[in-house]
Amino acid sequence: MPSLENIANRIHEWLNNSFGAPWPMLIEFLIVGVCIIGLFAMLGLVLIMMERKVSAWMQLRLGPNRVGPVGMFQTVADTLKLMVKEGMTPDGADKLLFNLAPFIVMIIAMVIMAPLMFAKGLQIWDINIGVLFFTAISSVSVIGILMAGWASNNKYSLLGAMRSGAQIVSYELSAGFAILVIVILTGDLKISSIVDSQANGWWIFKGHLPVWIAFVIFMIAVTAETNRAPFDLAEAESELTAGFHTEYSGMKFALFFLAEYVNIFVVCALGATLFLGGWQPLHFGTDTQFNHYMDYIPSSLWFMGKTFFLIFVIMWFRWTFPRLRIDQLLNLEWKYLLPISMFNLLLVTLITIKGWHF
Amino acid sequence: MYRETEILKQPGIGTPDVFGDMVINVGPQHPATHGVLHLILTLNGETIKKVEPHLGYIHRSIEKMCESLTFRQFIYVTSKMDYLSSHINNHGCCLCVEKGMQIEVPAKAQVIRVLMDELTRLASHQLWWGAGAMDIGALTPFFHAFREREMINDIMEESCGTRLTMNYMVPGGVMVDVHPNFQRRVKEFVAHFKNKIDEYDELLTGNVIFQNRVKGVGYLSKEDAISYGCTGPTARGSGVSCDIRKLYPYEVYNKLQFDEIIETGGDCWSRYLVRMKEMRQSLSIVEQLIDNIPEGDVQAKTKAVLKLPKGEYYSRVESARGEFGVYIVSEGGTTPYRIKFRSPGFSNLSALDHMARGGKIGDLVAMMAMLDLVIPDIDR
Repeated sequence: MPSLENIANRIHEWLNNSFGAPWPMLIEFLIVGVCIIGLFAMLGLVLIMMERKVSAWMQLRLGPNRVGPVGMFQTVADTLKLMVKEGMTPDGADKLLFNLAPFIVMIIAMVIMAPLMFAKGLQIWDINIGVLFFTAISSVSVIGILMAGWASNNKYSLLGAMRSGAQIVSYELSAGFAILVIVILTGDLKISSIVDSQANGWWIFKGHLPVWIAFVIFMIAVTAETNRAPFDLAEAESELTAGFHTEYSGMKFALFFLAEYVNIFVVCALGATLFLGGWQPLHFGTDTQFNHYMDYIPSSLWFMGKTFFLIFVIMWFRWTFPRLRIDQLLNLEWKYLLPISMFNLLLVTLITIKGWHF
Repeated sequence: MYRETEILKQPGIGTPDVFGDMVINVGPQHPATHGVLHLILTLNGETIKKVEPHLGYIHRSIEKMCESLTFRQFIYVTSKMDYLSSHINNHGCCLCVEKGMQIEVPAKAQVIRVLMDELTRLASHQLWWGAGAMDIGALTPFFHAFREREMINDIMEESCGTRLTMNYMVPGGVMVDVHPNFQRRVKEFVAHFKNKIDEYDELLTGNVIFQNRVKGVGYLSKEDAISYGCTGPTARGSGVSCDIRKLYPYEVYNKLQFDEIIETGGDCWSRYLVRMKEMRQSLSIVEQLIDNIPEGDVQAKTKAVLKLPKGEYYSRVESARGEFGVYIVSEGGTTPYRIKFRSPGFSNLSALDHMARGGKIGDLVAMMAMLDLVIPDIDR
């Protein structure tokens, strides 16, 4: 059966048979790099389109419907516009940091994709500290945002960046604890073994209450971590005009914009991997016929379906909720989410030791 | 040399030093000011120490302009002041001229005027609801509010010819009779909006994030509300009874059954509740009147050229934002000698500094949203 796993393996074998030592690896690096950049661009197009259509659907509008069939090429047109726009650097800005910041944010968003398992056997780097890699790298993007805010030499940007710093650093804790719940249940940090451990049922079904709590906390925390409404204080359009990227224009702005959407994809993909079984199809106990049908759906579709469902949920948040205030945001994390997730961690440890989960 | 003045000794301001506070200009181009309002914020981190509103960016000297326009003409200029309640502005001016000329307005015209006023108030509050929610960060309510506002605009378009600056009222009544479809469409709107206002409550009022954003924010005590001259929902949210429709009834308001909404919280949440409940009251007023439009003329017989007898005249109406007053000094000619408008937004804005001190930037946006500022009304 031709699957993504087979294709990847065949390319790997062919490269190894045809070339001598460092070349297969270098060529694979190149292929992966091109694929990730392609995915980056595709995700930008698809997710921005999806955001527009979802918001239009919720706001009694039609959304883009002029450029291309059902407005499909609207984002392409917008990207072209942004590319030909002048990328201005304001006077008094720290030129180096100002121009570096969008690239840092974007590179982080790309690097973080490495341990993601897109389908059965399709993974760039099955590192043995998989989820730790996620939490470690995702916290670097705040540096990019702080740099952008500081280097802009704009008070709005500075306020936005400081808000963003406080927010991301706080919510990382909760996200980390939520991830730890699954790590404790699985006993491994490796993404592939986390997915394998869900072959007989996703953690959200097997894990009882603690996993549900962890899932809810994870969704809240990653919404905050990606600076999405209702936690979009770093941009807070009505308060800070555009927050940390007020001074950015053209492609530099587009990189921030793209990175936001790619980050959403990454955190949702991680959520799908940890809680919803990654590429594992939906199985119902002993109903073999049903399970058989489910197995026919390709694993990549399962993964993408779950991821896009979570992305839809995050978009749903954005178009429904008002924005929190900065002190309320930090209260929510430090007074509610963090104690709950710490207690939850104890609970799940107990459950794992006693073997009470399925 | 720097001289320390009394005002700088006030708590919260302190003495400025070299490493002074962070000063931010909000506006004149800013998403939250809904117009060209310019606020100079003095901040300590995110906490507001002082708010200084600067006006003048949209000053069109309407009062001076009115002095060269006749008593029929100047009414139309006032539509452009508070463009969200232009009917009510026109109404106030007409009342003042009618008072001077001692014109008796026909019963039908009175009812039509009140109907139009209340529809305008509804449209204005709908826009406030949508735009206010957008300021607080919820983007969807805006579109829901505009769906209903569109129906009112269509009704206005049919009867008055325009959608925003109606210029429908003339001294002695209204310009023309309402469109034959008027009653049917208003009834349709009332039936439609009665369900939708519950939807408004479901979408925003009950939302816990929204409640946290407005509860206890921007506190204005009853005494302060009176001393700053606040009127309308801003003052009624602080427990001040100031509804002109109840206190000094004009037209047919004294024959109608409606409540003056008063909340005693004094915060943004109370102001929000006052406006939400006022929408229901306006709906009930429209319902009471729509089937009882009397027969008869829509305009009293007046002279072609109006000459107000020498003297001073003042009339006031309840606009969507508060008390709108018109003060005319006439020398007996065809144009006013001096005209002064008492716009509700100006007084309400003056309380902003008092409310905002100690709050966060996010609070300031919520306060401005709940004050429902219309800048061309503040800055005539």
